[in-house]
Amino acid sequence: MSGFWQVFISLIQRELRLAIRHGADSMMVVMFFVLVVVLFPLGVGPEPGILTRISAGVIWVAALLSAMLSMDRLFQTDFEDGSLDLLILTPQPLELLVLAKTIAHWLTTGLPLIIVSPLLALLLNMEASGYGVMLAALALGTPTLSLIGAIGAALILGARRSGVLLSLLILPLFIPTLIFGVSAVDAALTDLPSKPQLLVLGGLLLAAFALCPWASAAALRQAAE
Amino acid sequence: MGMADFSGNDLTCIRGERVVFAKLAFSIGEGEVLYLRGPNGSGKSTLLRLMAGLLRPVSGELRWNGESTKEDAETFRGLLHYVGHQDAIKTALTVEENVTFWAEMSGVDPEKRNVGEALEIFSLSHLASLPARFLSAGQRKRLNLARLCASPAPLWLLDEPANSLDKASVGALRSAITAHQEKGGLVAVATHEELSPDTNILDISEFTNNKSALMEDVA
Repeated sequence: MSGFWQVFISLIQRELRLAIRHGADSMMVVMFFVLVVVLFPLGVGPEPGILTRISAGVIWVAALLSAMLSMDRLFQTDFEDGSLDLLILTPQPLELLVLAKTIAHWLTTGLPLIIVSPLLALLLNMEASGYGVMLAALALGTPTLSLIGAIGAALILGARRSGVLLSLLILPLFIPTLIFGVSAVDAALTDLPSKPQLLVLGGLLLAAFALCPWASAAALRQAAE
Repeated sequence: MGMADFSGNDLTCIRGERVVFAKLAFSIGEGEVLYLRGPNGSGKSTLLRLMAGLLRPVSGELRWNGESTKEDAETFRGLLHYVGHQDAIKTALTVEENVTFWAEMSGVDPEKRNVGEALEIFSLSHLASLPARFLSAGQRKRLNLARLCASPAPLWLLDEPANSLDKASVGALRSAITAHQEKGGLVAVATHEELSPDTNILDISEFTNNKSALMEDVA
Protein backbone atom coordinates (compact mmCIF):
# COMPACT_ATOMS: atom_id res chain seq x y z
CA MET A 1 0.00 0.00 0.00
CA SER A 2 2.86 2.38 0.79
CA GLY A 3 4.32 1.80 -2.67
CA PHE A 4 0.97 2.75 -4.06
CA TRP A 5 1.01 6.20 -2.45
CA GLN A 6 4.66 6.71 -3.22
CA VAL A 7 3.93 6.31 -6.91
CA PHE A 8 0.90 8.59 -6.62
CA ILE A 9 2.98 11.30 -4.94
CA SER A 10 5.90 10.84 -7.39
CA LEU A 11 3.61 11.44 -10.35
CA ILE A 12 2.05 14.55 -8.80
CA GLN A 13 5.53 15.86 -7.97
CA ARG A 14 6.73 15.28 -11.51
CA GLU A 15 3.68 17.05 -12.97
CA LEU A 16 4.11 20.01 -10.62
CA ARG A 17 7.81 20.21 -11.42
CA LEU A 18 7.04 20.23 -15.14
CA ALA A 19 4.35 22.88 -14.64
CA ILE A 20 6.77 25.09 -12.71
CA ARG A 21 9.50 24.72 -15.34
CA HIS A 22 6.97 25.41 -18.11
CA GLY A 23 5.62 28.24 -15.94
CA ALA A 24 4.21 30.14 -18.89
CA ASP A 25 1.50 27.50 -19.49
CA SER A 26 -0.19 28.01 -16.13
CA MET A 27 0.25 31.77 -16.34
CA MET A 28 -1.41 31.82 -19.73
CA VAL A 29 -4.52 30.15 -18.36
CA VAL A 30 -4.77 32.73 -15.57
CA MET A 31 -4.11 35.60 -17.98
CA PHE A 32 -6.81 34.30 -20.30
CA PHE A 33 -9.24 34.12 -17.38
CA VAL A 34 -8.47 37.71 -16.38
CA LEU A 35 -8.66 39.03 -19.95
CA VAL A 36 -12.02 37.40 -20.71
CA VAL A 37 -13.52 38.91 -17.57
CA VAL A 38 -11.98 42.30 -18.25
CA LEU A 39 -13.58 42.31 -21.73
CA PHE A 40 -17.08 42.31 -20.27
CA PRO A 41 -17.12 45.82 -18.78
CA LEU A 42 -15.80 47.01 -22.15
CA GLY A 43 -18.48 45.08 -24.02
CA VAL A 44 -21.60 45.69 -21.97
CA GLY A 45 -20.66 49.16 -20.75
CA PRO A 46 -19.40 50.27 -17.35
CA GLU A 47 -22.82 50.55 -15.68
CA PRO A 48 -22.28 49.09 -12.16
CA GLY A 49 -25.83 47.72 -11.90
CA ILE A 50 -25.52 45.52 -14.97
CA LEU A 51 -22.05 44.31 -14.03
CA THR A 52 -23.17 43.41 -10.52
CA ARG A 53 -26.02 41.37 -11.91
CA ILE A 54 -23.91 39.40 -14.41
CA SER A 55 -20.75 39.10 -12.30
CA ALA A 56 -21.26 35.52 -11.11
CA GLY A 57 -22.13 34.26 -14.58
CA VAL A 58 -19.21 36.02 -16.24
CA ILE A 59 -16.68 34.64 -13.76
CA TRP A 60 -18.03 31.12 -14.11
CA VAL A 61 -18.13 31.14 -17.90
CA ALA A 62 -14.61 32.56 -18.01
CA ALA A 63 -13.43 29.88 -15.57
CA LEU A 64 -15.00 27.20 -17.75
CA LEU A 65 -13.31 28.48 -20.89
CA SER A 66 -9.93 28.82 -19.17
CA ALA A 67 -10.17 25.31 -17.75
CA MET A 68 -10.87 24.04 -21.25
CA LEU A 69 -7.99 25.94 -22.74
CA SER A 70 -5.54 24.09 -20.49
CA MET A 71 -7.09 20.67 -20.92
CA ASP A 72 -5.75 19.54 -24.29
CA ARG A 73 -2.13 19.33 -23.04
CA LEU A 74 -3.01 17.02 -20.15
CA PHE A 75 -2.16 13.78 -21.94
CA GLN A 76 -1.00 15.08 -25.33
CA THR A 77 2.70 15.46 -24.48
CA ASP A 78 2.82 12.07 -22.75
CA PHE A 79 1.15 10.56 -25.80
CA GLU A 80 3.60 12.16 -28.21
CA ASP A 81 6.83 11.32 -26.38
CA GLY A 82 5.94 7.73 -25.47
CA SER A 83 5.53 8.36 -21.74
CA LEU A 84 1.91 7.26 -21.98
CA ASP A 85 2.97 3.73 -22.99
CA LEU A 86 5.24 3.52 -19.98
CA LEU A 87 2.60 4.91 -17.63
CA ILE A 88 0.20 2.23 -18.84
CA LEU A 89 2.92 -0.38 -18.28
CA THR A 90 3.54 0.53 -14.64
CA PRO A 91 2.13 -2.03 -12.21
CA GLN A 92 -0.19 0.58 -10.70
CA PRO A 93 -3.78 0.91 -11.90
CA LEU A 94 -3.98 3.47 -14.68
CA GLU A 95 -7.08 4.99 -13.06
CA LEU A 96 -4.96 6.02 -10.11
CA LEU A 97 -2.32 7.60 -12.33
CA VAL A 98 -5.01 9.51 -14.21
CA LEU A 99 -6.32 10.78 -10.89
CA ALA A 100 -2.81 11.92 -9.88
CA LYS A 101 -2.37 13.77 -13.18
CA THR A 102 -5.80 15.38 -12.82
CA ILE A 103 -5.04 16.54 -9.28
CA ALA A 104 -1.77 18.05 -10.47
CA HIS A 105 -3.63 19.72 -13.33
CA TRP A 106 -6.12 21.24 -10.92
CA LEU A 107 -3.35 22.46 -8.63
CA THR A 108 -1.65 24.24 -11.51
CA THR A 109 -4.70 25.66 -13.31
CA GLY A 110 -7.86 25.43 -11.16
CA LEU A 111 -6.31 26.70 -7.97
CA PRO A 112 -4.76 29.85 -9.55
CA LEU A 113 -8.19 30.66 -11.03
CA ILE A 114 -9.76 30.50 -7.59
CA ILE A 115 -7.02 32.73 -6.18
CA VAL A 116 -7.51 35.52 -8.73
CA SER A 117 -11.32 35.30 -8.79
CA PRO A 118 -11.96 37.73 -5.85
CA LEU A 119 -10.00 40.38 -7.70
CA LEU A 120 -12.19 39.91 -10.75
CA ALA A 121 -15.33 39.93 -8.63
CA LEU A 122 -14.20 43.30 -7.31
CA LEU A 123 -13.69 44.49 -10.87
CA LEU A 124 -17.27 43.47 -11.74
CA ASN A 125 -18.60 45.22 -8.65
CA MET A 126 -19.93 42.04 -7.05
CA GLU A 127 -21.52 42.59 -3.66
CA ALA A 128 -19.45 41.50 -0.67
CA SER A 129 -22.00 38.86 0.38
CA GLY A 130 -21.23 36.80 -2.75
CA TYR A 131 -17.46 36.41 -2.28
CA GLY A 132 -17.41 33.56 0.21
CA VAL A 133 -19.95 31.48 -1.68
CA MET A 134 -18.21 32.18 -4.99
CA LEU A 135 -14.92 30.87 -3.60
CA ALA A 136 -16.63 27.82 -2.12
CA ALA A 137 -18.48 27.12 -5.37
CA LEU A 138 -15.30 27.46 -7.42
CA ALA A 139 -13.41 25.24 -4.98
CA LEU A 140 -16.05 22.54 -5.45
CA GLY A 141 -16.63 23.16 -9.16
CA THR A 142 -13.17 23.52 -10.71
CA PRO A 143 -11.96 20.03 -9.65
CA THR A 144 -15.07 18.66 -11.37
CA LEU A 145 -14.09 20.56 -14.52
CA SER A 146 -10.59 19.04 -14.38
CA LEU A 147 -11.97 15.54 -13.89
CA ILE A 148 -14.48 15.79 -16.73
CA GLY A 149 -11.93 17.52 -18.92
CA ALA A 150 -9.53 14.60 -18.43
CA ILE A 151 -11.98 12.32 -20.24
CA GLY A 152 -12.06 14.69 -23.19
CA ALA A 153 -8.29 15.10 -23.13
CA ALA A 154 -7.89 11.31 -23.28
CA LEU A 155 -10.45 10.89 -26.05
CA ILE A 156 -8.89 13.43 -28.41
CA LEU A 157 -5.42 11.85 -28.45
CA GLY A 158 -4.31 11.36 -32.01
CA ALA A 159 -7.16 13.41 -33.47
CA ARG A 160 -6.70 16.32 -35.84
CA ARG A 161 -7.94 19.77 -34.72
CA SER A 162 -7.98 18.33 -31.23
CA GLY A 163 -8.55 21.65 -29.47
CA VAL A 164 -11.86 22.33 -31.20
CA LEU A 165 -12.95 18.73 -30.83
CA LEU A 166 -12.20 18.87 -27.12
CA SER A 167 -14.45 21.88 -26.58
CA LEU A 168 -17.28 20.22 -28.49
CA LEU A 169 -16.90 17.10 -26.36
CA ILE A 170 -16.65 18.53 -22.90
CA LEU A 171 -18.33 21.95 -22.85
CA PRO A 172 -21.80 20.34 -22.76
CA LEU A 173 -20.67 18.24 -19.80
CA PHE A 174 -19.63 21.39 -17.94
CA ILE A 175 -23.19 22.77 -18.02
CA PRO A 176 -24.44 21.29 -14.71
CA THR A 177 -21.43 22.70 -12.88
CA LEU A 178 -22.03 26.08 -14.50
CA ILE A 179 -25.73 26.16 -13.59
CA PHE A 180 -25.25 25.30 -9.94
CA GLY A 181 -22.08 27.37 -9.59
CA VAL A 182 -23.80 30.51 -10.83
CA SER A 183 -27.01 29.92 -8.95
CA ALA A 184 -25.13 29.40 -5.67
CA VAL A 185 -23.56 32.85 -5.99
CA ASP A 186 -26.83 34.45 -7.13
CA ALA A 187 -28.63 32.94 -4.14
CA ALA A 188 -26.06 34.43 -1.78
CA LEU A 189 -26.38 37.82 -3.47
CA THR A 190 -30.16 37.82 -2.98
CA ASP A 191 -29.86 36.66 0.65
CA LEU A 192 -31.23 33.21 -0.05
CA PRO A 193 -29.55 30.06 1.29
CA SER A 194 -26.93 28.77 -1.13
CA LYS A 195 -26.30 25.53 0.70
CA PRO A 196 -28.43 23.36 -1.63
CA GLN A 197 -26.47 24.48 -4.70
CA LEU A 198 -23.16 23.92 -2.92
CA LEU A 199 -24.32 20.45 -1.92
CA VAL A 200 -25.20 19.66 -5.52
CA LEU A 201 -21.77 20.91 -6.62
CA GLY A 202 -20.23 18.64 -3.98
CA GLY A 203 -22.30 15.76 -5.28
CA LEU A 204 -21.20 16.44 -8.85
CA LEU A 205 -17.59 16.47 -7.66
CA LEU A 206 -17.96 13.14 -5.90
CA ALA A 207 -19.62 11.56 -8.91
CA ALA A 208 -16.90 12.89 -11.22
CA PHE A 209 -14.25 11.71 -8.77
CA ALA A 210 -15.66 8.19 -8.83
CA LEU A 211 -16.40 7.88 -12.55
CA CYS A 212 -14.07 10.10 -14.58
CA PRO A 213 -10.72 8.38 -13.85
CA TRP A 214 -12.19 5.10 -15.14
CA ALA A 215 -13.48 6.66 -18.34
CA SER A 216 -10.21 8.51 -18.94
CA ALA A 217 -8.11 5.40 -18.31
CA ALA A 218 -10.21 3.40 -20.76
CA ALA A 219 -9.77 6.10 -23.40
CA LEU A 220 -6.01 6.20 -22.77
CA ARG A 221 -5.65 2.44 -23.19
CA GLN A 222 -7.53 2.76 -26.44
CA ALA A 223 -5.23 5.54 -27.60
CA ALA A 224 -2.13 3.45 -26.88
CA GLU A 225 -3.30 0.50 -29.01
CA MET B 1 14.94 -14.13 -9.65
CA GLY B 2 13.86 -17.77 -9.62
CA MET B 3 12.81 -19.86 -12.56
CA ALA B 4 11.12 -17.82 -15.20
CA ASP B 5 9.65 -18.57 -18.55
CA PHE B 6 7.81 -16.34 -20.99
CA SER B 7 6.00 -17.77 -23.95
CA GLY B 8 3.23 -17.10 -26.40
CA ASN B 9 1.32 -19.42 -28.66
CA ASP B 10 -1.11 -19.13 -31.53
CA LEU B 11 -0.74 -15.33 -31.49
CA THR B 12 -2.60 -13.50 -34.22
CA CYS B 13 -2.58 -9.76 -34.54
CA ILE B 14 -4.75 -7.66 -36.84
CA ARG B 15 -4.08 -3.94 -37.28
CA GLY B 16 -6.27 -1.76 -39.45
CA GLU B 17 -7.99 -4.77 -41.05
CA ARG B 18 -4.61 -6.19 -42.05
CA VAL B 19 -3.22 -9.39 -40.59
CA VAL B 20 0.21 -8.47 -39.23
CA PHE B 21 1.09 -12.02 -38.22
CA ALA B 22 -0.85 -15.18 -37.51
CA LYS B 23 -0.27 -18.33 -35.48
CA LEU B 24 2.94 -16.96 -34.07
CA ALA B 25 4.59 -18.82 -31.21
CA PHE B 26 7.68 -18.01 -29.19
CA SER B 27 9.29 -19.02 -25.95
CA ILE B 28 11.99 -17.38 -23.85
CA GLY B 29 13.60 -19.25 -20.97
CA GLU B 30 15.55 -17.98 -18.01
CA GLY B 31 18.71 -16.16 -19.04
CA GLU B 32 17.80 -16.27 -22.71
CA VAL B 33 17.69 -13.61 -25.37
CA LEU B 34 15.21 -13.88 -28.22
CA TYR B 35 16.13 -11.88 -31.30
CA LEU B 36 13.23 -10.71 -33.46
CA ARG B 37 14.15 -10.39 -37.12
CA GLY B 38 12.25 -9.30 -40.18
CA PRO B 39 12.17 -6.51 -42.74
CA ASN B 40 10.73 -3.08 -41.94
CA GLY B 41 7.03 -3.23 -41.31
CA SER B 42 6.98 -6.96 -40.70
CA GLY B 43 5.56 -6.53 -37.21
CA LYS B 44 8.54 -6.62 -34.83
CA SER B 45 7.37 -3.54 -32.94
CA THR B 46 3.81 -4.81 -32.97
CA LEU B 47 4.91 -8.11 -31.44
CA LEU B 48 6.89 -6.34 -28.72
CA ARG B 49 3.93 -4.08 -27.89
CA LEU B 50 1.76 -7.17 -27.80
CA MET B 51 4.22 -8.92 -25.47
CA ALA B 52 4.12 -5.88 -23.18
CA GLY B 53 0.32 -5.94 -23.11
CA LEU B 54 -0.15 -2.60 -24.88
CA LEU B 55 -1.88 -4.45 -27.72
CA ARG B 56 -4.28 -7.33 -27.41
CA PRO B 57 -3.96 -10.32 -29.71
CA VAL B 58 -7.02 -11.40 -31.69
CA SER B 59 -6.26 -14.96 -30.71
CA GLY B 60 -3.69 -16.79 -28.65
CA GLU B 61 -2.25 -15.89 -25.30
CA LEU B 62 0.91 -14.98 -23.47
CA ARG B 63 2.12 -17.02 -20.54
CA TRP B 64 4.51 -16.12 -17.74
CA ASN B 65 5.69 -19.20 -15.84
CA GLY B 66 2.86 -21.12 -17.47
CA GLU B 67 0.14 -18.76 -16.29
CA SER B 68 -1.73 -16.46 -18.62
CA THR B 69 -0.53 -12.87 -18.22
CA LYS B 70 -4.15 -11.76 -18.25
CA GLU B 71 -4.71 -13.51 -14.90
CA ASP B 72 -2.77 -10.90 -13.00
CA ALA B 73 -1.99 -8.17 -15.49
CA GLU B 74 -0.78 -5.67 -12.88
CA THR B 75 1.84 -8.02 -11.46
CA PHE B 76 3.00 -8.91 -14.96
CA ARG B 77 3.42 -5.24 -15.84
CA GLY B 78 5.67 -4.92 -12.80
CA LEU B 79 7.94 -7.66 -14.21
CA LEU B 80 8.83 -5.96 -17.48
CA HIS B 81 10.72 -3.06 -18.95
CA TYR B 82 9.69 -1.85 -22.40
CA VAL B 83 11.95 0.34 -24.53
CA GLY B 84 10.18 1.53 -27.65
CA HIS B 85 11.07 3.93 -30.44
CA GLN B 86 9.92 6.93 -28.46
CA ASP B 87 12.21 8.14 -25.71
CA ALA B 88 9.62 9.04 -23.05
CA ILE B 89 11.88 11.87 -21.97
CA LYS B 90 10.63 15.10 -20.44
CA THR B 91 12.94 17.78 -21.77
CA ALA B 92 12.29 20.13 -18.85
CA LEU B 93 13.56 17.56 -16.35
CA THR B 94 17.23 16.77 -15.81
CA VAL B 95 18.75 13.47 -16.93
CA GLU B 96 18.73 12.16 -13.37
CA GLU B 97 15.16 13.31 -12.68
CA ASN B 98 13.96 11.48 -15.78
CA VAL B 99 15.54 8.17 -14.77
CA THR B 100 14.56 8.57 -11.11
CA PHE B 101 10.95 9.24 -12.02
CA TRP B 102 10.56 6.01 -13.98
CA ALA B 103 12.39 4.06 -11.28
CA GLU B 104 9.89 5.41 -8.74
CA MET B 105 6.97 4.58 -11.01
CA SER B 106 8.15 0.98 -11.31
CA GLY B 107 6.95 0.44 -7.75
CA VAL B 108 10.22 -1.36 -6.90
CA ASP B 109 11.51 -0.98 -3.32
CA PRO B 110 13.75 2.10 -2.96
CA GLU B 111 16.67 -0.11 -1.75
CA LYS B 112 16.59 -2.10 -4.98
CA ARG B 113 16.63 0.92 -7.28
CA ASN B 114 19.94 2.09 -8.57
CA VAL B 115 19.75 5.28 -10.58
CA GLY B 116 23.40 6.24 -10.05
CA GLU B 117 24.69 2.93 -11.35
CA ALA B 118 22.29 3.02 -14.31
CA LEU B 119 23.64 6.44 -15.33
CA GLU B 120 27.19 5.08 -14.87
CA ILE B 121 26.54 2.07 -17.13
CA PHE B 122 25.34 4.25 -19.99
CA SER B 123 27.99 6.97 -19.39
CA LEU B 124 25.50 9.64 -18.41
CA SER B 125 26.83 10.40 -14.92
CA HIS B 126 28.54 13.61 -16.01
CA LEU B 127 25.25 14.81 -17.56
CA ALA B 128 23.10 13.91 -14.54
CA SER B 129 22.05 17.48 -13.71
CA LEU B 130 21.69 18.66 -17.31
CA PRO B 131 18.15 19.36 -18.56
CA ALA B 132 17.31 16.62 -21.06
CA ARG B 133 16.51 19.12 -23.81
CA PHE B 134 20.24 19.56 -24.43
CA LEU B 135 20.85 15.87 -25.17
CA SER B 136 21.72 14.50 -28.60
CA ALA B 137 19.72 11.70 -30.20
CA GLY B 138 22.19 9.06 -29.02
CA GLN B 139 22.28 10.46 -25.51
CA ARG B 140 18.47 10.47 -25.38
CA LYS B 141 18.48 6.82 -26.39
CA ARG B 142 21.01 6.02 -23.66
CA LEU B 143 18.86 7.88 -21.14
CA ASN B 144 15.90 5.76 -22.18
CA LEU B 145 17.99 2.59 -21.83
CA ALA B 146 19.23 3.64 -18.39
CA ARG B 147 15.70 2.93 -17.12
CA LEU B 148 16.47 -0.77 -17.62
CA CYS B 149 19.20 -0.78 -15.00
CA ALA B 150 17.66 1.79 -12.63
CA SER B 151 15.00 -0.62 -11.35
CA PRO B 152 15.25 -4.40 -11.68
CA ALA B 153 12.69 -6.30 -13.77
CA PRO B 154 13.15 -9.84 -15.12
CA LEU B 155 11.79 -9.24 -18.62
CA TRP B 156 13.22 -6.68 -21.04
CA LEU B 157 11.40 -5.89 -24.27
CA LEU B 158 13.66 -3.83 -26.49
CA ASP B 159 12.65 -2.36 -29.84
CA GLU B 160 15.76 -1.71 -31.94
CA PRO B 161 17.65 -0.41 -28.90
CA ALA B 162 20.90 0.10 -30.81
CA ASN B 163 19.44 2.78 -33.11
CA SER B 164 21.47 5.99 -33.11
CA LEU B 165 23.95 4.57 -30.59
CA ASP B 166 27.71 4.87 -31.16
CA LYS B 167 30.02 1.85 -30.91
CA ALA B 168 30.93 2.37 -27.26
CA SER B 169 27.26 2.66 -26.29
CA VAL B 170 26.32 -0.45 -28.24
CA GLY B 171 29.04 -2.20 -26.22
CA ALA B 172 27.55 -0.85 -22.98
CA LEU B 173 24.12 -2.09 -24.04
CA ARG B 174 25.53 -5.52 -24.91
CA SER B 175 27.20 -5.88 -21.54
CA ALA B 176 24.05 -4.68 -19.76
CA ILE B 177 22.09 -7.39 -21.57
CA THR B 178 24.73 -10.01 -20.72
CA ALA B 179 24.70 -8.97 -17.04
CA HIS B 180 20.91 -9.20 -17.10
CA GLN B 181 21.10 -12.71 -18.61
CA GLU B 182 23.57 -13.81 -15.95
CA LYS B 183 21.08 -12.78 -13.28
CA GLY B 184 18.54 -15.01 -15.00
CA GLY B 185 16.77 -12.22 -16.85
CA LEU B 186 14.82 -12.64 -20.10
CA VAL B 187 15.20 -10.39 -23.14
CA ALA B 188 13.26 -10.02 -26.37
CA VAL B 189 14.96 -7.63 -28.75
CA ALA B 190 14.10 -6.48 -32.25
CA THR B 191 17.28 -5.89 -34.20
CA HIS B 192 18.79 -5.55 -37.66
CA GLU B 193 22.25 -6.58 -36.47
CA GLU B 194 24.07 -9.49 -38.05
CA LEU B 195 23.72 -12.45 -35.68
CA SER B 196 25.53 -15.73 -35.50
CA PRO B 197 23.28 -18.61 -36.61
CA ASP B 198 23.29 -20.35 -33.24
CA THR B 199 21.46 -17.50 -31.51
CA ASN B 200 17.80 -17.74 -30.63
CA ILE B 201 16.14 -16.02 -33.61
CA LEU B 202 12.47 -15.52 -34.40
CA ASP B 203 11.90 -14.43 -37.97
CA ILE B 204 8.53 -12.70 -38.03
CA SER B 205 8.22 -12.79 -41.80
CA GLU B 206 7.60 -16.56 -41.46
CA PHE B 207 4.33 -15.77 -39.72
CA THR B 208 3.15 -12.85 -41.81
CA ASN B 209 1.95 -15.15 -44.58
CA ASN B 210 -0.02 -17.44 -42.33
CA LYS B 211 -3.22 -15.89 -43.61
CA SER B 212 -4.38 -19.05 -45.30
CA ALA B 213 -4.06 -20.93 -42.01
CA LEU B 214 -6.13 -18.24 -40.37
CA MET B 215 -8.82 -18.41 -43.04
CA GLU B 216 -9.21 -22.15 -42.55
CA ASP B 217 -9.89 -21.56 -38.87
CA VAL B 218 -12.53 -18.95 -39.58
CA ALA B 219 -14.20 -21.24 -42.11
